[in-house]
Amino acid sequence: MTQYFTLEFIAMFIGFMLLIIGVWGMLTQKNLIKIVIGFSLFTTGLNIAIVSIAYIKNSTAPILDKAVDRASAGNLVADPIPQALVLTSIVIGLGVTALMLTYVLRMYKEKKSLDINSYTDLKW
Amino acid sequence: MIKKGLILLVLVGFVAIISSLLINFKGSEELNPLARHYAEHGAAEVGAANLVSAVVVTYRGFDTLGEVTILFLAAAIVGFFLKVNTRDNEREASLRKTSEILITASTLLIPTIFMLGVYIFMNGHLTPGGGFQGGAVIATGMVLMIMAKPNVKFNHKLLAFLESVSGVGFVVIGVLGVLLAAGFLDNRILPLGNFGSLLSAGAIPIIYVLIGLKVGSELTNILDSLKETQNEK
Repeated sequence: MTQYFTLEFIAMFIGFMLLIIGVWGMLTQKNLIKIVIGFSLFTTGLNIAIVSIAYIKNSTAPILDKAVDRASAGNLVADPIPQALVLTSIVIGLGVTALMLTYVLRMYKEKKSLDINSYTDLKW
Repeated sequence: MIKKGLILLVLVGFVAIISSLLINFKGSEELNPLARHYAEHGAAEVGAANLVSAVVVTYRGFDTLGEVTILFLAAAIVGFFLKVNTRDNEREASLRKTSEILITASTLLIPTIFMLGVYIFMNGHLTPGGGFQGGAVIATGMVLMIMAKPNVKFNHKLLAFLESVSGVGFVVIGVLGVLLAAGFLDNRILPLGNFGSLLSAGAIPIIYVLIGLKVGSELTNILDSLKETQNEK
């Protein structure tokens, strides 16, 4: 049971909760902007989950300074690779969110409605 | 009713998949060999104190080039979709008057925010931060500017110039790495310098300054296109 009260487990739990809330939001909400918010929550949850994988017990940030000297860095720091990948993922998430909001703006201009049920062109 | 059942089914399946991941998750006790190599030899090979920067800019610099390209594409598509007629563009949107507090505060805050952004991307190889973060901070200054003066016009030629020059500069530095050092985007085209000083880590500070300018101008472009839609009829 104690394994469920560690920092990395709680972080990953929160990340997965956000992921589920995001999927739920994307599937159930009718408002286009709320769907975009659901997508945003989904990517945030994913990023938190990836960063929690990078964490090593009792480690510190992967930055070499007075506290972390170069010789023993391998035993002191967290994994830098997932953190670098999350940086990429955050930027791409930002770009995709901006694109989705742009589409929402365009769609709103066409039909003056934010309800997804009024867009039936691609429905079969 | 069937639709709600399907949604519930999808959600339950999703929870089932990730809960098995979550229950078996145990934090790792030590670094895997690749990360250990980066942690122990990163300082000697790349010269950056911030190991995340070393991974982002040098070890996986190619990914970062792709990332910058994706951001550029997103900005270009946003600009394409939100293109407004020049006739509409001349018309100024009649908005609620901005409050005195916001206007006064923005004149103090905007230069400070820009300076913080420049600090973050210039010290990306030493402290937490880097080109993307610094560029995003600069873009928040632009948001404040748009909020304080809703009818502000950005110089599009300057933005496009900054964006293309920094993008081309990034690729040129990458190609110089092939010619002068071990491979594409190798940062050892310049001397590594004193570990921990501002001018160290070879080409990383230059690449980060270029990325910071590029991200800042791209995000400003996106914000500007979104802002200009309010001038439309």
